[in-house]
Amino acid sequence: MSNLNINTIRVDFPILHQEINGYPLVYLDNAATSQKPRQVIDAVSHYYLHDNANIHRGVHKLSQRATDLYEAARGKVRQFVNANSDKEIIFTRGATEAINLVAQSFVRPKLQANDEILISHLEHHANIVPWQILCEQTGAKLKVIPMTQTGELDLTQFDTMLTERTKILAIGHVSNALGTINPVKAMTEKAHAKNIPVLIDGAQAVPHMTVDVQDLNCDFYVFSGHKMFAPTGIGALYGREDLLNAMPPYQGGGDMILSVSFEKTIYNELPAKFEAGTPNISGVIGLGAAIDYMWQVGIDNIAAQEHHLLEIATRKIESLPGVNIIGTAAEKAAVISFMIEGVHPHDVGTIFDQQGVAIRTGHHCAQPVMEFYDIPATARASFAFYNSEEEVDALINAIQKTQELFA
Amino acid sequence: MSDLRELYQQVIMDHNKRPRNFREIEKANHLAHGNNPLCGDKLVVYLKLDGDKIDDVSFKGSGCAISMASASLMTEALKGKTIDEAQAIYEQVHKSMTGEETDRNLLGKLEVLSGVKEFPARVKCATLSWHTVHAAIDSDHDISISTE
Repeated sequence: MSNLNINTIRVDFPILHQEINGYPLVYLDNAATSQKPRQVIDAVSHYYLHDNANIHRGVHKLSQRATDLYEAARGKVRQFVNANSDKEIIFTRGATEAINLVAQSFVRPKLQANDEILISHLEHHANIVPWQILCEQTGAKLKVIPMTQTGELDLTQFDTMLTERTKILAIGHVSNALGTINPVKAMTEKAHAKNIPVLIDGAQAVPHMTVDVQDLNCDFYVFSGHKMFAPTGIGALYGREDLLNAMPPYQGGGDMILSVSFEKTIYNELPAKFEAGTPNISGVIGLGAAIDYMWQVGIDNIAAQEHHLLEIATRKIESLPGVNIIGTAAEKAAVISFMIEGVHPHDVGTIFDQQGVAIRTGHHCAQPVMEFYDIPATARASFAFYNSEEEVDALINAIQKTQELFA
Repeated sequence: MSDLRELYQQVIMDHNKRPRNFREIEKANHLAHGNNPLCGDKLVVYLKLDGDKIDDVSFKGSGCAISMASASLMTEALKGKTIDEAQAIYEQVHKSMTGEETDRNLLGKLEVLSGVKEFPARVKCATLSWHTVHAAIDSDHDISISTE
């Protein structure tokens, strides 16, 4: 049990207080995107009402304010993941763009035909497709760490999969489809023992747990803001400073240059080198506000409340006949993928929605995981710290109603 | 929950549980694959055309109750019809799902599919088999279509 007063917390999330089809909204689709607290909405709104200007240029007051807010948020992100320096934090559109950046700017220049990129069977499409594109471009090969029936990584062959040809290990911290928390620190250590750099996709981890990139000792860590209570269209790449310095720019444009002539362009220093064009300033400010908010609630409190919800929801679902949980790893984030016998997940989603319960149904952008279990889709309930025990009961009730309808 | 009963009527539930014409046609001369990548619905529609008459029509595949029932009802409705008659039925079904005025005589039993009009996200589940049969009629070789 956590120390949070859920009723007080829920006041911060105005969107939760509405009815859907005559029932109170029960929002259990947090792994797709989280809701935004008033503090984040206000920060974005305040910026547009009072401080909007372009950054890193112009000597006028508004431009200075916008620049200060933007760079202050970078400092918060640095502290949030415990990076060594602000130069190691690059703002991107999200985890997806950050992975593409590393694939094209860091890995591609080093890749030769028959080199290997190592990912896992549990990955989100965002950590599969950029590497496949890279393989097509270079003739490199994609290798996949297998998974087990419980939805955990099968690491029995891991050591032998790390070869002198492996140019990067790219793995998810937490599986979005099943909730599995992967042993990324131990895996990073093994990869580093063979001088293989490591990228961790933390999109599903940062909303739920303290992340320390220096403790993980990874080379790159990526995440999206919208899954951690910030606006959509903003995310961040953490990269080790020496690696980022040695990498060519990902995109060219304004702000990433020191001087431009038709003969030669000199690139800017980190982090500006990787932030071409006018960035998503309000998104960055919203991301900073989301971090402030998470600190205020307490990340340990967030983790405790979500774990509590995961435990009671798992116990209650397991006690229902005809319902199977997909993904039963020992270490899980608050994600429950499940199947109701005889009912297709898409029908489940519609019936739940009629009772105000919002869940995700589908392949969760992780089709290889669905293929592993030989199912087309699952229903997935994913919790945030603002969810209550009453909402777990609403979920159980929705499952039972679905079974009645399909009886 | 009343809209739900409207969507998941007894006829739909029955055709989902016991889909009719759920088989391959060995001597099919038209065939098409239908795929809804968003929800993973996949089906194959088999057709045996004799001139402009639908001698036999069947399907195989997997999907939600709406897509399975719609495919099953479709095979029942189209068997023995001419291509022109099938086209007219197809148009009526489409109208019923988008809330337009329909010809009840032509629509018949297929009216149960009109429940999806209250569920915009589910219309493509109900139309998948119809788009697929349409593609199968138009093409004399194996083709794939995708809704979304």
